[in-house]
Amino acid sequence: MLHEPVPNLKKLVEPDRVHRLAYTDPDIFDLEIKEIFEKIWVYCGHESQVKKPGDYQTLTIGRQPMVMIRGKDMKVRVLYNRCPHRGVELCGNLKGNAGEALTCSYHSWRFHLDGKIESIPLMKGYDGTRMTVDNPDCSMRAAARVDSYRGFVFASLAPDGPSLPEFLGEAKIGFDDMCDRAPEGEVEVVPYCHRVIQHSNWKFFMENQLDALHPSVTHQSTGVAAAWVERDIKQKTGAAPLYYHYLSAFTMSFDKWDSVQTLNYPRGHGILKGYMGLRPDDPDTKAYVAKMYAAYGEEKAEKFLSRDIHHVLVYPYLSVQSPLQQIRVLRPIAPNKTLSEIWHFRLKGAPEAIYRRSLWYYNLVNSPATMINADDLENWTKGQWGLESSGMDWVSFHRDYGRDEERPDGSVYSKNGTSEAVMRSQFKAWVQYLAGDK
Amino acid sequence: MATKKKVAAKKAAPKKAAAKPVVKKVAVKKPVAKKPAAKKAAPRKAAGKPATKPSTKTPAAKKVAVNQALAKNAPTRRPVAKKLSARKPAVGKAVAAPAFGAGGTQRAVEQFLYKQAEILDTRQWQSFIDLFTPDGVYWAPITPDQTEWEGSPSIFAEDKLMMEVRMRRLTHPQAWSQAPMWATNHLVSNVVVESETPTEVKVRSRFHMMELRRDTVRHFGGIYWHTLVKTAGGYRIKLQRVDMFNSQAPYEYVLQIWV
Repeated sequence: MLHEPVPNLKKLVEPDRVHRLAYTDPDIFDLEIKEIFEKIWVYCGHESQVKKPGDYQTLTIGRQPMVMIRGKDMKVRVLYNRCPHRGVELCGNLKGNAGEALTCSYHSWRFHLDGKIESIPLMKGYDGTRMTVDNPDCSMRAAARVDSYRGFVFASLAPDGPSLPEFLGEAKIGFDDMCDRAPEGEVEVVPYCHRVIQHSNWKFFMENQLDALHPSVTHQSTGVAAAWVERDIKQKTGAAPLYYHYLSAFTMSFDKWDSVQTLNYPRGHGILKGYMGLRPDDPDTKAYVAKMYAAYGEEKAEKFLSRDIHHVLVYPYLSVQSPLQQIRVLRPIAPNKTLSEIWHFRLKGAPEAIYRRSLWYYNLVNSPATMINADDLENWTKGQWGLESSGMDWVSFHRDYGRDEERPDGSVYSKNGTSEAVMRSQFKAWVQYLAGDK
Repeated sequence: MATKKKVAAKKAAPKKAAAKPVVKKVAVKKPVAKKPAAKKAAPRKAAGKPATKPSTKTPAAKKVAVNQALAKNAPTRRPVAKKLSARKPAVGKAVAAPAFGAGGTQRAVEQFLYKQAEILDTRQWQSFIDLFTPDGVYWAPITPDQTEWEGSPSIFAEDKLMMEVRMRRLTHPQAWSQAPMWATNHLVSNVVVESETPTEVKVRSRFHMMELRRDTVRHFGGIYWHTLVKTAGGYRIKLQRVDMFNSQAPYEYVLQIWV
């Protein structure tokens, strides 16, 4: 355990390496929850998840049980999902509709959909006490700040700090890219969610997302298997469905992966540039492109369709895979346990075939039976065990150290796709969050 | 005596197939053409004789040959199905019997489900895939209210080609997550024949799968919905829908094989 004051966290992070405690220490994890996750803007859900008044979705922000709920005024709020009386949870399912009001199952305190107290049984029992209906302590508490970006709802439990657009910074492009690919300029959530537990620190996932050296190693078996069947189909019919390519593309050569650039921004955000070429010349794509041209005009539509992005990371918990309309949200539970929620979206106004094409990626790469993440999760579990051992103290991030291109605004463009600039950049942000200028 | 004849028939069939590997398709078609005769004969016999002891007379023997020929010529690279009977689990003998008719549909589909479970637990991936019709689908939706396998967010949504990807991955030497010890144990029960036509049977059952991985056991349970097609080689799966009762719970790890 770490028994040193916060400022010495800086000793754990050197420019080219990081102490293993950053991944394993319970005190550090506590600190991350309080200083990062319970302060920054955390993704709650998409507005289309709660369409009608009373619709809710429960979630956690850090360790706080929250509920995203639409009010009668059609406003989406994020409230602490507990009764102000004795703490009992109010919305009891992952999602649902609360009806006219939220009722506590313990003593029947009732709340309007905006969280304000509606009624308390035998109210006269509170006569002369400080608990009067106009006391905010009688109502559900709301997250300090709630905002949305292109339909994606975020909440921050800290009253102060950067605004949502400031926090998202360069990573806004992930949401823009996804929505701009819709002829109607917005997306709608697919109302199912894959939830998979990672038995590893949340940092493993974040680092892995922009780790271009791992795919052809880790996913070799699936890539090779898919390439085999893909080739078979091509020989028989001339063309294989695009989703085989989703899998076989993982086994590109090291050199090819090394040519895929990563862009690393302040606050730890990042972008992995595209590598799959998701614009085949087929009737479905043509129909889609025609719709895009009709909606935006050729020039703008081409700009939207040719953005070079595989996915965008919002550090420290979100991966936005805009060209395939999916996001992966981390909810850290313990130093060695992380819940991942994977959501998929429809491009409004796009042909059904385009939705189905991206759905294959969602199912094949992110379902609880995925042939891809099976090997990722295995790596991270084994990595977590390794870092829990005292065999060696330092985690190496030396690949291409000193060879990245640093921009005046603090962003780092990797010269090589496999540069560990990604991890170096993420830990720069981590130290900033936890130790600040102290 | 009876067994000997059967064995003889079994041996004869592969030899034929082996002799003319090039004209595989012809070999398949010939037995299929004889199918009606065998099919008619089977139910009649069923009335008098127990399901496990098929008649040794020519129609049944022919049927065995047909089965063998079919198995040989199915799009398989490793006809591992034989291993199953070699291992002699409780279902081994029954599986060799006429696949439907004798003993009634109830018993026949039960035997089929047990066989499929055993195939999974003994890791016979090609045999698993061979249980499906050429257009067969294995589908595990996320929620029971989903109705179409295509276009649905799913846990599994695999046609035979995608099943082949999964099999090839599992058997690839660098399938890293296959290194730790693991095993599954399936129980299938509560088997109900939902409907039957001359060509198809719909069956609902409950399953319980325990999965060992490293030092941990996970449990999965739920409903199998099998749409089975009657073929000369026995039942084949047109659609297997798997509704896991815990489909919406967080998954502690990834399911690497079919449930």
